[in-house]
Amino acid sequence: MSSTLIFLCAGSVLWLMGLHGLARLHHPIRRIMAINIMGSGTFMVMIALANRGEHSDPVLHALVVTGLVVAVSATAFALRLAVAISAHKSGKQQAPEPNE
Amino acid sequence: MLSLELLFDITLSVLLLILAGTALHVRHLYTGIVLFVAFGLLLAITWARLGAPDLALAEAAIGAGLTGVLLLAALARIGPEPPPRRPPARALSAGVLGVLVLILLIRAVLPLEQGPQPLPGLVSAHLDTSGVSHPVTAVLLNFRAWDTLLELVVLLLAVLGVRQLQPAGYKQAHAWTLLRAWSRILAPLSVIIAGYLLWRGSHAPGGAFQAGALLAAGIVLLRLAGLLPVLRWDDWPMRALVLMGIVVFLGIAAAGAWLGSGWLNYPPQWSGNLILLIEVAATLSIAASLSLLVIGEREELGT
Repeated sequence: MSSTLIFLCAGSVLWLMGLHGLARLHHPIRRIMAINIMGSGTFMVMIALANRGEHSDPVLHALVVTGLVVAVSATAFALRLAVAISAHKSGKQQAPEPNE
Repeated sequence: MLSLELLFDITLSVLLLILAGTALHVRHLYTGIVLFVAFGLLLAITWARLGAPDLALAEAAIGAGLTGVLLLAALARIGPEPPPRRPPARALSAGVLGVLVLILLIRAVLPLEQGPQPLPGLVSAHLDTSGVSHPVTAVLLNFRAWDTLLELVVLLLAVLGVRQLQPAGYKQAHAWTLLRAWSRILAPLSVIIAGYLLWRGSHAPGGAFQAGALLAAGIVLLRLAGLLPVLRWDDWPMRALVLMGIVVFLGIAAAGAWLGSGWLNYPPQWSGNLILLIEVAATLSIAASLSLLVIGEREELGT
């Protein structure tokens, strides 16, 4: 049993927990966190695989560094969409504008 | 008998799983976000443990820091949730399905541990011609420069998308005195450390992403303490900073294609300097884009 093995399993479980959260939770922020946790699980599998030989694999490391920045961009955009949707909904409920 | 390292790994994984589960399912969303930030920090420790210090630096700044600020800001605007309804039968079926999927996943992932690993050898064989001596930087900015270029494009697209959707500005809470005092000390430090990471990136863990993320963290801190003016896409220096990384990168790639060696192929005698130039531009660009994503504010259109 090696640490690569442990983190491979942990990454798979994390991914699955994220998927479960995505399917079961309703609040948009919770869903976005669930997607981020799925991403973290994927990164963990990749980094555990990069660590399996004597030398760690720089290609996988570089891919995950790129992936982190893409993940935070997507998260920012998704959160902004969620805020826009909730503003739209509450605007409809509270102040219906008959003239518009 | 477990070895000490293995014990540490198991503890770390179990803690990560517990934090992830509670972050998603805890009753109050605010607690969940705080736990999610803690999860990010623990993940950074995991990356360091797995021999990826580049990633640990990026995760601590981006995954834990900036994502936390984004989530809390969104929570302030969306508000709390209605109480959940959870039929127990569905929870049971989801659990059974989850176990089945987990078995399939682990059966697929575990054989990879013994698979061949040709890439590290290839990278170290070509490291001499790349212009830098740190393999991760060589991969990011030379061997797979396409990824980095397209990543800057994704960042730009996110900034543009967020700008389209910007809701009306919200009132910023009055900054706490201690936060102001601390941010005056921390922000210059973040500039110094970012410069160091950038310079170090050519021969050791570090580089444009980590430096950019750290700079962005300093900017966000100063803005939250009320010591910086409003940041907007409207201001032309901000626009120039965001676009600079892509423009420099594309310029160098096009010059390479035009003058001989090919798209994103640097001439070997200049590659060190070219990579440094791209890294400086990309650092400033990433810092500007990330801080616009986190704390950018709506411009008044049509006035």
